[in-house]
Amino acid sequence: MRWIDKLLLRFRSLSSHPRVEQELDDELRFHLQQQIDENLTAGMSTEEAHYAARRTIGGLAQIREQCRDMRGLNMVDNAVQDFRYAIRQLRRNPGFACTSIFVLALGICAAVAIFGFVDAALIKPLPYRDQSRLVAAFESSPGDGRSVLSYLDFADWKSLNKVFSSIDAYALNGGFTLSTGTGAEQVPGTRVSAGFFRTLGVTPVLGRDFHSGEDSPAATHTVLLSYAAWQSRFGARLDVLGQTVKLNGAPSIIIGVLPRDFHLASYGAAEFWATLRSSDNCEQHRECHNLITIARLKDGVSIETASANMQSIARQLRNQYPDSNRDFGSANLVSLRNVIVGDVRPILLVLLSGAGLLLIIAYVNVTTLLLARCDKRQREIAVREALGASSSRLFHQFATEGFALAAVGGFFGLVFAEWGMRLLASLIPADKMDNMPYLRGLGLNLLTVASACSMSLLAAILFATIPIARTSLSEMTEGLKEGARGYAGTTWRRFGSNLVVVEVAIAIVLMVGAGLLGKSLYLLLHLDVGFRPDHLALLQTAWPPGSYDTDQQKIVLERQILDRILTLPGVKSAAISLAPPIDSAWGTTSFHVAGRPNHGEHNEVLNRQVSSEYFTTLQARLLRGRYFLEAEDASKPLVVIINRTLARKYFPNEDPVGMQIYNDWEPRALMQIVGLVDDIKEGPLEGATLPVLYVPFNQNPVAWPALLVRTSLAEASLFPKMVT
Amino acid sequence: MGKPSDLVQGTLDLLILKTISLEPKHGWAIAKRIQQISAEVLQVQQGSLYPALHRLEQQGWIKAHWDETEGGRKAKFYSLTRAGRTQMEKELAQWDRLSTAINLVVQTNEA
Repeated sequence: MRWIDKLLLRFRSLSSHPRVEQELDDELRFHLQQQIDENLTAGMSTEEAHYAARRTIGGLAQIREQCRDMRGLNMVDNAVQDFRYAIRQLRRNPGFACTSIFVLALGICAAVAIFGFVDAALIKPLPYRDQSRLVAAFESSPGDGRSVLSYLDFADWKSLNKVFSSIDAYALNGGFTLSTGTGAEQVPGTRVSAGFFRTLGVTPVLGRDFHSGEDSPAATHTVLLSYAAWQSRFGARLDVLGQTVKLNGAPSIIIGVLPRDFHLASYGAAEFWATLRSSDNCEQHRECHNLITIARLKDGVSIETASANMQSIARQLRNQYPDSNRDFGSANLVSLRNVIVGDVRPILLVLLSGAGLLLIIAYVNVTTLLLARCDKRQREIAVREALGASSSRLFHQFATEGFALAAVGGFFGLVFAEWGMRLLASLIPADKMDNMPYLRGLGLNLLTVASACSMSLLAAILFATIPIARTSLSEMTEGLKEGARGYAGTTWRRFGSNLVVVEVAIAIVLMVGAGLLGKSLYLLLHLDVGFRPDHLALLQTAWPPGSYDTDQQKIVLERQILDRILTLPGVKSAAISLAPPIDSAWGTTSFHVAGRPNHGEHNEVLNRQVSSEYFTTLQARLLRGRYFLEAEDASKPLVVIINRTLARKYFPNEDPVGMQIYNDWEPRALMQIVGLVDDIKEGPLEGATLPVLYVPFNQNPVAWPALLVRTSLAEASLFPKMVT
Repeated sequence: MGKPSDLVQGTLDLLILKTISLEPKHGWAIAKRIQQISAEVLQVQQGSLYPALHRLEQQGWIKAHWDETEGGRKAKFYSLTRAGRTQMEKELAQWDRLSTAINLVVQTNEA
């Protein structure tokens, strides 16, 4: 028999319930009539014939019932009846019902919400074609396993490797100044090699990709837009193709729009994608590391094989260019997925385990409640059994109650989870979200709903079997005995206490975990950053290239900015630095101490070009010597200030103040250490404190410094005035 | 007395299938026919006949339609489906094997 026909028949039995019932009645009545006719023919009186016919046929109701059983009608009726009864039971015990549903919903909510994040970050495929074949290639230096490449190294890797079907790169030092009708605007974006999107397997939804060779110095400047930029800046107009925008002063033709779901989490939000040019300043120097390289493995090449090939290339380059590549003699290949979601994976897995434990606690709690209620219901069950309820019917009923509980709990859990996910996602700061664009797709989907369903199903099975096992193991009739109160066999009492032990154990694991997390957060928040962080306003400056190119222009501009800021009400002092404190640890130099042997070591330290008021504005602690003077410009002897970590690392048991050092790239320019300052947290909060070399801005002007303002008013009130 | 419980398990299905294999019959006729052919030995009770009919119909081995009897009454007629015929052949073969085997055992003189 084709199962589909069976299904149709069953469906007919269920869907046209009344008609099927009617036919059954007619059929049996026909039989009765025939019997009566036969009896009449045999010579019985009418009354006798009726009576005898009824007797031979037996219980009509019973036959009907059996026929209905055969059609599977009773199963459904019983299920409906059981379900109504279960709901009635739950409503009769609102305390029990609310508690268990709430506990279960909470457990499922936490688990589903966290699973939603895991799904969005770790399970959902990244928006690239055949992503498992994509790797990010880094140089590996003694201090940094994932060091970015210089353009020239990248070009060599590209020509020398035998393991990648393609290798492309994007620049870390991105950002463009977009000239607008009224002035200029700083926009997020970056530069990529021409084959970048082909390597990723991303095709523009509008227009075209970069042609190969479009990243050569002579090619016309072209630019791709992100979907978001196309929507917000260009009103999603189709005629955007061929338009010209001015990026960093260079007119660039818009050639295409990237897909909506495309993102490059390791870079962050980027609106404009232009091409790398080997003629750019940084790109001409092997020392200038600014590229993250993404490559597609050739078919059949494993990441290990590729790694071996890249190692030998890195070694070869080190031997060829010892000046620049001395520390970069090895390569490090990491799967792209790892680079993009590697940071959040451990966090999410820890959270997922925590949520899982919470779910187990919820299960155990509700099971314990069910067991307790089972004890209370012994009497009821015994009575029903005595009245003729078959044990399978009773089990059905328990199962239905368990399923009802799990279904309602699961439903609320799912609803809470949807809220929970939104709430959690809204707690993530916008700039962090830029680095986790894959979380934008967060929400209920097939997989998360399926996970909630399986959690509910597990709960249902648990809630159905435990009471069944509980009742069938204990003697039913016990419940009928006069004065038999909440009967609990020793087995079950022991089972109950074991459950409590498990629960407490899990709870302690969770509490300790939460406590440790809380402590880490407390330590981070109360970390001595080496300056007074309150009433300090930060502003990142930027200006169009070409407008303030010479050192003198930059110094004049700096002075103008600071003077104008100082006139604002509430401003006590202001300073500038290459980068604000507690930022990422970029901007480094390497130095040597004058008079000591130079074996070409790479003494890499953070380098900060700061104005003379930097330390007083931050309210840092001077340990020895003095701060910079405003008058110390290029005409005066070169000076530096070092932090405590640098002193401890490079001048152990010595007084560094008064000693002379030089930058490796300019050995003749000696700089005198004039001050030693207590550590200011220049790098990220959670990282180790780094050695820092401070130099006066007036002797080393840099573009686009950060502005720091100490104010007596609320910082936020200052921002609108600072920007104008 | 041929009470249904006396029938060898599963033979009622075979009896029904065989009885309607030639022409469609209603429940009453099926019971009468079995009774008549078996020389009054097998009396199919309504209490087992109708559940069996409904089960067979649910399994798709027989199908039903409403028709008029000679007496002018509306009755539910059952007939064999193609799957039912296959099933009948299968059960017949099985019955043959089983009854032969039982005969061998009960008729042997060495017991």
